[in-house]
Amino acid sequence: MKPFTVLDAKAAPLMEQNVNTDIIIPIHRLRDFGQNELGPYAFEPWRYLPDGSDNPEFFLNKPAYKGAEIIVADENFACGSSREGAVWAVMGMGVRAVIAPSFGPIFFNNCFQNGVLPIQLDRADVLAIANELEGATRPGSNSEPKLSIDLESRTVTTPSGRKITFHVDGIRRDALLKGLNEVALTLTREGEIAAHQAMARKATPWLYPAAQ
Amino acid sequence: MPGQTLFDKIWDRHVIADLGDDYALLHVSRHLMHDGGGRGLQVLKDQGYKVRNPDLTFATFDHVISTEPGRTHETLKPHAARLYAMRDMAKEAGIKLFDLGQPGQGIVHVMGPEQGITLPGVLLVCGDSHTCTHGGLGAIAFGVGATEVVHVLATQSLVQRRPKRMRVTFEGKATPGVLPKDLILALIGQIGTAGGTGFAVEYAGPAIRDMEVEGRLTVCNLSIELGAKIGMVAPDEKTYAYLKGRPYAPTGAVWDQAVADWRSLPSDSDAKFDVEVTVDVNKIVPQITWGTSPEHVIPVTGKIPHPTSVSDPDKQKALQSALDYMGLTPGVPIDQTKIDWVFIGSCTNSRMSDLREAAKIAKGRKVSAHVRAWVVPGSENIKREAEAEGLHKVFLDAGFEWREPGCSMCLAVNGDTIAPGQRSVSTSNRNFVGRQGPGGRTHLASPAMAAAAAIAGRIADVRSI
Ligand code: SF4
Repeated sequence: MKPFTVLDAKAAPLMEQNVNTDIIIPIHRLRDFGQNELGPYAFEPWRYLPDGSDNPEFFLNKPAYKGAEIIVADENFACGSSREGAVWAVMGMGVRAVIAPSFGPIFFNNCFQNGVLPIQLDRADVLAIANELEGATRPGSNSEPKLSIDLESRTVTTPSGRKITFHVDGIRRDALLKGLNEVALTLTREGEIAAHQAMARKATPWLYPAAQ
Repeated sequence: MPGQTLFDKIWDRHVIADLGDDYALLHVSRHLMHDGGGRGLQVLKDQGYKVRNPDLTFATFDHVISTEPGRTHETLKPHAARLYAMRDMAKEAGIKLFDLGQPGQGIVHVMGPEQGITLPGVLLVCGDSHTCTHGGLGAIAFGVGATEVVHVLATQSLVQRRPKRMRVTFEGKATPGVLPKDLILALIGQIGTAGGTGFAVEYAGPAIRDMEVEGRLTVCNLSIELGAKIGMVAPDEKTYAYLKGRPYAPTGAVWDQAVADWRSLPSDSDAKFDVEVTVDVNKIVPQITWGTSPEHVIPVTGKIPHPTSVSDPDKQKALQSALDYMGLTPGVPIDQTKIDWVFIGSCTNSRMSDLREAAKIAKGRKVSAHVRAWVVPGSENIKREAEAEGLHKVFLDAGFEWREPGCSMCLAVNGDTIAPGQRSVSTSNRNFVGRQGPGGRTHLASPAMAAAAAIAGRIADVRSI
């Protein structure tokens, strides 16, 4: 997993609520393409017009936001299915972080498994960030729609220089900063796993159905 | 010390190591796999790991298989290789797989409870968001991502953060025509699809105690549509009666020991929940969704809402785009909406009780001439039991099609799709844009409501049929 430390990048607002993972990656694309081939199909139902050309209204197709590595989203982002392809698809577009007031719970976990940072902020802060980003794209603006995310100090810096602190659980932060492999880490606890199973086998034998 | 919740009791007994910050390394007592999960076994192999406890993992085929009568692995040619590969890898690893045509095969969330693999007090995971279904038996059950699946296979454990606890109390009694699906849809309408985000939800109250186990599975199934990864119902005598004699349930003295233990699981009377919600079941009438999120739900007696019925401009925008996609006009009674398709099936509503409710409506009536209606039983066992009971005859005589068990048109990844612009009433759990096929329009409802719609040719109040 690629470590995540500081990200200075373009950010694009997608201010829709309840964006679900069926939108982020349609199931037939997940079925037909591999983990690293999903980028072109991310947000497919919204991103393209029926003739296959880019939908100019779609947030990431707007020239000002092209190449964004950060998505700023609204309430309950990536709700719905457990498909990890939703993370792989946004990663395939180059996204490394998502900021939202709340997330679908499985997507939230899946992000950490792939080195993508999901940042949960108060909705008022998210709306303010989205406003600043939009403002920065207007003619005559002297800033760019960019954010700076520092995982070590847990801050997001907006185009106007405002710093917002976010919470991220220590264990998740460490893993992201170092790019750790969770399976390898857990396997170092094999003794504890075996001890737990031995105890459970005695106390609750029905948890271990004999092969039938 | 305050009392403990059902959730906390089960969580605590699965903690292998406290990792701080509310995180724990949890033992996984049951792991289920479906045909989308073959990748996990492959990745495991590629990374040089082994399945740590193959006896605690159970697999079946459901998502990408054909549901055409007489289907085989080869009916959907492009997917056959995937099925064979998974079958081979499961065999090599020593994982029990319920294959096509065998008792036990079916939708993974139907298979677990039906086989007695899901038990009260277990911590069960599967690479599928509707794993919350299994909570209906008094288990902690939740969906995980593909990388977490690999972690479970390799270590039989998972790193998770303890969620907050919410209790939803369903007060009162369901009136005739109102099914468990209506209760959970009404709750989603009440608190929204993000209302349960960050919580493990316990469903409680008289209406839940009155409900049979299959209904509780339906209620728990839609927890993820509430934003909650986990939904659960405390086990009781109905739970034990349901499980007794199932293939993987304990027997003899161990059964007695297990039941004694399960009786200690329900939340203590002084247990504290972070949030309490109450639903008045007496007031619930049959529900139907009109939009593209499960929270876009109204009573079937209602009218299609105006976007201006909410004040938040972002929400107004969302309602307008849902109306546009669904091709509906605000202010029109929803029961005037003509439909093209009916789908009775999915891990929400494909069990015997669901088929019986639908058959009651279908019996002696005819599916409307312009409607195509499918019944897809949730498992091979359900299919056989329904056929033994003659339910398939009731459906076939009424003009429904009777299919082989699988996910089918719930997800439409196996080619079971509706055409762009077509409208379906479905007993599944997601009415997302394109869920039943690109451009397809889905209205979620109970199995009785779906059958009523098939007969009427439009969305209809089952109580008027
Ligand atoms: S029936 Fe639908 S929701 Fe249930 S597991 Fe299958 S695809 Fe998922």
